[in-house]
Amino acid sequence: MILAAHTTQAAAQAVRAAGAAEEHGFLSPTGVEIAFVLVGLVTLGAALVTVTTRQLVHAALWLVVALGGLAVEYLLLTAEFIAWVQVLIYVGSVVVLLLFGLMLTKAPIGRSPDADSRNKPVAAAVALAAAAALVWVVVDAFRTTWIDLDGAVQGSTEVSGESLFRHWVLPFEALSVLLLAALVGAIVLSRKKPSDQNEERR
Amino acid sequence: MHLAYPAVLAALLFAVGVYGVLARRNAILVLMSVELMLNAVNLNLVAFDVWLRDTLHAGQALTLFTIAIAAAEIGIGLAIVLMVHRNRGTADIDRLRDTAERPDSQDSPDDASADETPTGEKAEATA
Repeated sequence: MILAAHTTQAAAQAVRAAGAAEEHGFLSPTGVEIAFVLVGLVTLGAALVTVTTRQLVHAALWLVVALGGLAVEYLLLTAEFIAWVQVLIYVGSVVVLLLFGLMLTKAPIGRSPDADSRNKPVAAAVALAAAAALVWVVVDAFRTTWIDLDGAVQGSTEVSGESLFRHWVLPFEALSVLLLAALVGAIVLSRKKPSDQNEERR
Repeated sequence: MHLAYPAVLAALLFAVGVYGVLARRNAILVLMSVELMLNAVNLNLVAFDVWLRDTLHAGQALTLFTIAIAAAEIGIGLAIVLMVHRNRGTADIDRLRDTAERPDSQDSPDDASADETPTGEKAEATA
């Protein structure tokens, strides 16, 4: 009698496991997965153009596409706050800084033949080896792992702010000190030094 | 969502960034590739945070910190690149070879240092 109950329980568990496996099929992707793969292809293509194009300003503009695609991926992973921070900081300020840098270093408009160095094949070999090794390890490790996106939202502004200011206050403050140091450092590096030249003349 | 999708995308983006860092010659393009690598790491952090449903949300907090540090890094990096461009007239990292060991001066390192300081001063003076 007990044995029969055990077997029925085991059978029910097996049925449940099979149902879970059917629920997450490899060959029946959900809509979120399809959207993720499509946006991921766009992101990867934009990143590839960024590192291979010979027009320097176009590289910065394709970087906008890649970073914006990553923001959409964050949204698909229900990390809303990170997505908007990504749009604000990367697309808004980092790319503008890079464009300013390109202009201030007098980057040529149009194709520049010396954008790539001579060790291009070696770089491609290293990158392909790294990609193959990483993809192999990652796919092998997380073959049977699924993210449950249906529960409560993981990264809304409320949740992120609460965790940030309840558990991560001290690193946050340290980060503000680091930003201040970076600000002072950038100003010190980029200003011309009349005092040094005067000292050299003396 | 299968966890392999974001993980594979992050790995591929990281490899693209590695290629850019190794193959590019302009320093600002190298900085762009570094940004790609940092973003790949951020995607990994967010994906694993959402997967683990961490109550502290360590992954997302670390992602925010990484984004802030990347912004600071790009500011300092561009300041350094601009200073190099002002002093040397070029931003090509292949031409910044002041600390490279020359094959003819391996025997006498003192002479090598004595040889290199005037050229450095000359470069600063011409700028």
